[in-house]
Amino acid sequence: MKKQKTDLLQGTLELLVLRLLRSGSLNGWDIMQRIQLVSGEVLSVTPGALYPALHRLEERGLIAAEWGESANNRQAKFYKLTAAGRKQLEAERQTWERFTGAVEAILRDA
Amino acid sequence: MFGRLKRWLRALVRRGAMERELNEELRYHMDREIEQNLRDGMSPEEARYAALRTFGGLEQAREECREARGVRFIEDLWQDLWYAVRLLWKKPGFTLVAVLTLSLGIGASTAIFSAVNPILFESLPYPHAGQVTMIWDIGPDGSRADITYGTYRELLERSRSFDALAVMGSWQPTMTGPAEPERLNGQRVSASYFRVLGIAPTIGRDFDPSDDLLNSPGVTIISDGLWQRRFGGDRTIVGRQITLDDDAYTVIGIMPSGFENVLASSAELWRPLQYDMSQGRAWGHHLHMVGRLRSGVGIDQARGELDTIARAPVPEFTRPPWAAIEKGLTLNSLQDDITRGVKPALLAIFGAVMLMLLIACVNVTNLLLARSAQRRGEFAIRVALGAGRTRLIRQLLTESLLLAVLGGALGMLVAGYGISALMALSPPELPRVNAIEIDGAAFAFALGITTLIGLIVGLIPALQSSRSDLHGGLQQGSQRIAGGHQLTRRMLVVAQVALALVLLVSAGLLLRSLERLFAVDAGFDASHLLTMQVQTSGHRFDDAATTHRFFEQALEAVRQSPGVTGAAFTSQLPLSGDLDEYGVHFESNPAPEEDHTALLYAVTPGYFEVMGIPLRRGRLLDAHDVAGAPVAVLISESFAKRKFPGTDPIGQRLHIGPNEGPWYTVVGVVADVKQTSLAVSRPDAAYITTTQWRFANKAMSLVVRSRGDAAALTPLIRNAIWSVDKNQPIVRIATMEDLLKASAAERRFALILFEAFGIVALVLAATGIYGVLSGSVTERTREIGVRLALGASRGNILSLVLRQGMTLTGLGVVIGLTGAVAASHAIVTLLFGVSRLDPVTYLGVIVLLSGVSVVACWLPAWRAARVDPSITLRAE
Repeated sequence: MKKQKTDLLQGTLELLVLRLLRSGSLNGWDIMQRIQLVSGEVLSVTPGALYPALHRLEERGLIAAEWGESANNRQAKFYKLTAAGRKQLEAERQTWERFTGAVEAILRDA
Repeated sequence: MFGRLKRWLRALVRRGAMERELNEELRYHMDREIEQNLRDGMSPEEARYAALRTFGGLEQAREECREARGVRFIEDLWQDLWYAVRLLWKKPGFTLVAVLTLSLGIGASTAIFSAVNPILFESLPYPHAGQVTMIWDIGPDGSRADITYGTYRELLERSRSFDALAVMGSWQPTMTGPAEPERLNGQRVSASYFRVLGIAPTIGRDFDPSDDLLNSPGVTIISDGLWQRRFGGDRTIVGRQITLDDDAYTVIGIMPSGFENVLASSAELWRPLQYDMSQGRAWGHHLHMVGRLRSGVGIDQARGELDTIARAPVPEFTRPPWAAIEKGLTLNSLQDDITRGVKPALLAIFGAVMLMLLIACVNVTNLLLARSAQRRGEFAIRVALGAGRTRLIRQLLTESLLLAVLGGALGMLVAGYGISALMALSPPELPRVNAIEIDGAAFAFALGITTLIGLIVGLIPALQSSRSDLHGGLQQGSQRIAGGHQLTRRMLVVAQVALALVLLVSAGLLLRSLERLFAVDAGFDASHLLTMQVQTSGHRFDDAATTHRFFEQALEAVRQSPGVTGAAFTSQLPLSGDLDEYGVHFESNPAPEEDHTALLYAVTPGYFEVMGIPLRRGRLLDAHDVAGAPVAVLISESFAKRKFPGTDPIGQRLHIGPNEGPWYTVVGVVADVKQTSLAVSRPDAAYITTTQWRFANKAMSLVVRSRGDAAALTPLIRNAIWSVDKNQPIVRIATMEDLLKASAAERRFALILFEAFGIVALVLAATGIYGVLSGSVTERTREIGVRLALGASRGNILSLVLRQGMTLTGLGVVIGLTGAVAASHAIVTLLFGVSRLDPVTYLGVIVLLSGVSVVACWLPAWRAARVDPSITLRAE
């Protein structure tokens, strides 16, 4: 049985990546799996979208990358949150909550 | 910004490593995906394809990652550049034509820029050069006139606007001594001349006011060039004496090596003016005046003050009527002053070369468009393979920039030759010729236009190709879709024709002006006339009788020479740059305001016969008009008409110069003569014999009428004069025809350049028309085949293509006419005797352009008419 999958909103992917990296460093594959897992397979992301997003975040200095051993003993590139990234996450989270709060309010009362 | 630059640099250096990392990262992901698919029970083959699918285009993802990092910029630059180089290499014909066209445009415009920039735009090489001004008297006809010493003295005393004022005249001493005698160019300057310019001697001292007093010991300041050339750079020359015109002068200073004397660029030495005010000389208009404005005083403020002074004479400074400065004085910055004659021509030429550059750019754009039409298939494939629109545009821009850079590099070579040609052609009045070179500014200009051209020339085809439906490029038979690029190309051809018309009309107007100018009656017969100036040097000539005797003997010797039919001396020679004017006071009009300024020619009898100046009334001057006899004067026709309308001027009496002594009597009227140039009418003139004139001129111009070639007589004449006294300098040797040509040098200069640019424009426009038409014929081969198959005659096809070409030409002509009318404003000061809307010129140019474009259309049309329908229809 297949669940209805929802495409990620523009910009949301970066917020999710930042949130996932708050608890520790992950590589690209892990991030993709987590998004699917945590969202109960509602949200999906393709590698074609994920990797450019990771590289953009790294370029902006919000995350940092280093090579390390992965679970199956292979070299993989791990990303972790930087101090700037932490701040950015907080800011974007607030924006997001204001946004969804507003949308919810309208859906409820209007 | 800095961080970004750093990343680009890092990207540049670590290009390989970063690419490897990216591949590694993505491969890791793929592997995990495949592993999972295998666990889900897929076959290895299936697992791999599924993984690739989830990526949604691995290459695209990779591209986006690169882009996210800024690596792509550098990466693509290399790739684009390399690709562009390969492409240009593979199409040598196209590359050659494009690069040559661009180099011509860039080279010519850089050469012109490097001439225009130092002359018109860079400030003069003096400290606070904007404060240096030139001051002129205003002649009766409103033109500039030389300043009198009296006016200078008055301004010196009364004006508060200047830090320093100086007057100067020319000086051409002969230096004698241990080495061969040498004629030098110099200046006689009042003491503060160098202070006005703001440049002091590097060795020794500047002039003092005490040096400038009449009969002070002779002192001189020499140029670095003369110092090196004649004195071997010996510093002890300062304080030593040299002999100039038989007088001892102590060298007191040496000017710096970089000193540029824009007021007399050939001057190599200077002496104090030591002005002699006896004999009423203080009121002769024969000095130039410069002044350095006090800091904070603007040009307008100074003008205002000079005006006030001119309008309010004071008793201490009485002015004679001819130097009453009643029309005020003219003051301009030195730069404006020395460039005023050439500015219109230079600006017009600069405009013309920019037009030519524009045409060259349009041509190359057209070539690129034609080529990008051929490359539609290639672009389509690249788009299909994931290249973005911006990427394609950048690729095309890289190619056009590369072309522009190649064109620019070659253009610098062209500019080098161009500058030499320019200097050879330059009219004598062009100031600061030595400052013309490819300097930093010219280089920056060339670099700037090269880049701009690269971008503009590339942008049009780039936008064109990326706009059109590139997927169409992959479809078969795409050649049938002529599409929008043909429209752009046609518009460009129309623009080319229009621009070429503007240039050709301007060139045509200049050509007609020059024709008209040379058709002007100079008032004498210029053929078979040799002219030269004979000067006297040394103290023996302080005695007027000795001077007269020398010139008489020299004249006699010249007349005896074979091939000479007549010879005479004159104090000033028409068209040579001489300008000697005096106040003329008529007995019949005693009021001073009735006085006139007229050119005064002191001549030997026979001058009129030799020059071929026709006598209108009375008699010519002859051998009886000598010192002691009643003074006889001839006046010019216009002068007589204006002064004595309806009455006989013969027998009227007048004074020339000081209004004193016995009256001179008008004995005849002669035709008007052009003195300054053929274009300038300054007809008021008076003639007197040298022996009856109050001053003995130390330099006289010799005119010799020859039986054959005038120039060939030169050595003979020179030897004849030297047989009388071999130490007397002979300068300014030229045939009268040379002088005629030289007097139109500025117009000729402009004309030659306009003609050159016009011809290039015409050729480029013709190739443009040809290129577009033959491209269109190639694309329409099938259509033409169908028409032929359906019964169109060869003649129909021929006229179809011709009509297409001529429509473009016609459109270009119509647009160009508007442009030409507007552009003719810019050259209006260079025109002579033709209206800027001269219909003959416009018509002539239209006929020329149409003729050339018919030729350019003919070949493609003929090719179209020869299309074999059976072959073309089968081909597709």
